[in-house]
Amino acid sequence: MSVAGRKSPQTRESENRSDWFAARRRLADFARTLRDNGFKVGLAESGDALEILTTPLALRPSTLKPALRSLFCATHSDWQRFDEIFDAYWLGRGIGQARMLAGSALEGRAPARHLKDVGPHAGTSGLPDHTQRRHDEGDAAGDGRGRREGASRFENLASTDLRHVVEPADIAQAHALATRLSRVMRARLVRRERVRRRGRRLDLRRTIHRNVSHGGTLLDLAWRRRKIRPLRLVFLLDASGSMSLYTAFFVRFLHGVVEAFRESEAFVFHTRLAHVSASLRDRDVTRAVDKLALMAQGIGGGTKIGESLATFNRWHARRVINSRTAVMIVSDGYDTGAPEQLGEEMRRLRRRCRRIIWLNPLIGWRDYSPQARGMQAALPYVDLFAPAHNLESLAALEPYLARI
Amino acid sequence: MSLNRDNISDRLAAVGYIADRDIATALWLMDFLKRPLLLEGEAGVGKTEVAKALAAVHGAELIRLQCYEGLDQNAALYEWNYQRQLLAIKTREGADADTIEEHIFSERYLLERPLLAAIRREKPPVLLVDEVDRADEEFEAFLLELLSDFQVSIPELGTIKATSIPRVVLTSNGTRELSDALRRRCLYHYVDFPDVDREAKIIITRTPGIDTSLALQIARMVASVRKEDLRKVPGVAETLDWAATLAGLDLHDLRQEPEVVHETMLCLLKTREDRSRLTREVTERLLGKVA
Repeated sequence: MSVAGRKSPQTRESENRSDWFAARRRLADFARTLRDNGFKVGLAESGDALEILTTPLALRPSTLKPALRSLFCATHSDWQRFDEIFDAYWLGRGIGQARMLAGSALEGRAPARHLKDVGPHAGTSGLPDHTQRRHDEGDAAGDGRGRREGASRFENLASTDLRHVVEPADIAQAHALATRLSRVMRARLVRRERVRRRGRRLDLRRTIHRNVSHGGTLLDLAWRRRKIRPLRLVFLLDASGSMSLYTAFFVRFLHGVVEAFRESEAFVFHTRLAHVSASLRDRDVTRAVDKLALMAQGIGGGTKIGESLATFNRWHARRVINSRTAVMIVSDGYDTGAPEQLGEEMRRLRRRCRRIIWLNPLIGWRDYSPQARGMQAALPYVDLFAPAHNLESLAALEPYLARI
Repeated sequence: MSLNRDNISDRLAAVGYIADRDIATALWLMDFLKRPLLLEGEAGVGKTEVAKALAAVHGAELIRLQCYEGLDQNAALYEWNYQRQLLAIKTREGADADTIEEHIFSERYLLERPLLAAIRREKPPVLLVDEVDRADEEFEAFLLELLSDFQVSIPELGTIKATSIPRVVLTSNGTRELSDALRRRCLYHYVDFPDVDREAKIIITRTPGIDTSLALQIARMVASVRKEDLRKVPGVAETLDWAATLAGLDLHDLRQEPEVVHETMLCLLKTREDRSRLTREVTERLLGKVA
């Protein structure tokens, strides 16, 4: 029987009322728990939930659950997690777990889960990955260092390989440059779109309105300009151990880009894929970057590019990719998974988007050739294979993006 | 007329829609809370069918707005009948411009499009906004406004208030992220592929004269095909096509005719890649599990 609907003598009445208040409080608390877990629950929803409490649906958890689920969920990920939270809260199952979920106060929801999942590995802080790679990249790394010795001392920051930016002041400056660069890229892209597209068609509604006074003779025509839709960018950033020297920088760059482009999405992968756009949209750069750095570091066990791409294709591609999307993969191409899988997933991805740009910091190293088997498998599907070891090389991308 | 929560499943079944309990609850809540219902799920799980069934249950008209990229208010809300307007201007030549304007921008020259039609009916219809994720963000914002106020303003004519509040069902395939505002305005239900029992029931309801045992076998078979790594996972409509084909071939047991099963599977598999993935051997392996 519903808590509110009862009519009874005076004493029962007051008892009921306190029951009712308790139920209300408990519901409000549940709404807060959901909010802590990243659900978008507003006053209107809480109010409607109270309405539901007055119906026979509230009699049993088995009927209350689907009702509240329909009301409080807004996305598929909400939908998947709701039962667990509901059970924890109302039925007292696995409360500890639910609290823990709530406790990891990361803005992005999926990343929070990934973090939780990989928790146990955190202690190894990426070292195994590093050692495992060492012999792979031995030659190339040697070459890189050699080049550094011979380089001019007056190289400016823009052309310095990012691995060698070590002074805190230089790092800060490099980051500022990255942010500025990402903004400039955005501004130029949009401007070029505007001059290029001139599609126009007649706006009949306005034309008729304007020409009533000419007796219906269409003298003054109203035109409609084709709407300008900017390019959409999707970033996939490799945050594995072998990329660790570059990760911090690219995270900063990503933040700039995601903030500036209205349509952009960012993902970070190592052994698994995490959607990080929400964390990156944090206005506070330092906080956003810290959050991501946290996600990016401390993951051991190699890079599974193919598998991460498969996850992307399966769960995210449909939503974030359209025909005007350029996908940028930032990775050194050292894949510990099967190269066949990487090739296959690249092929699938290529069919969905407009361009795939693969930025490989290793290209900047002298004598580098894409020998890694993963890289070999992926190359046929890449439209632009470009270096990304310094700021200059990133700036060089802009004209290419503008032409897409 | 409001729905009774207990008999809603039965009434849906009576119009040919086999509902699970949760969707029945969601449909009941729609009426109770007066909120639109947002259905998400993969293509082919039967989202659109929900709206059709809801309309049938209420005996209401189903007004459908199919969204696409570039859908604008002209196509969704109203349009003026330009030919008639031009004609009217010609026949009234010489008259005062204001008078003509008043005349040609009157209801007589207004063409209703789905959204306007939905709020101007005597009896509340069911408004199905299909694949809302294909429309642009701007259209979504406009839709949100309409769904909260149920009135539209036509600059030349004034504000038109709803004569009846339609029941609104929105579907999305997730090709684009919908705005939080729209999501919050709606009740949400994620439609999954039906489980084997429900799919078998759907087959029996929709395919006249089919054996119960065959329907169950087909449902099991489709369920295992869906688990394979396919590019296009077969939906309920494909299942029904396949069931109709098999019933038409007068088949009674899938295991007896693996050849026929393999050949007719083209009802389920819609790309060349998927066809080549489900080889004869795979079909036989899957058939083995159906038993």
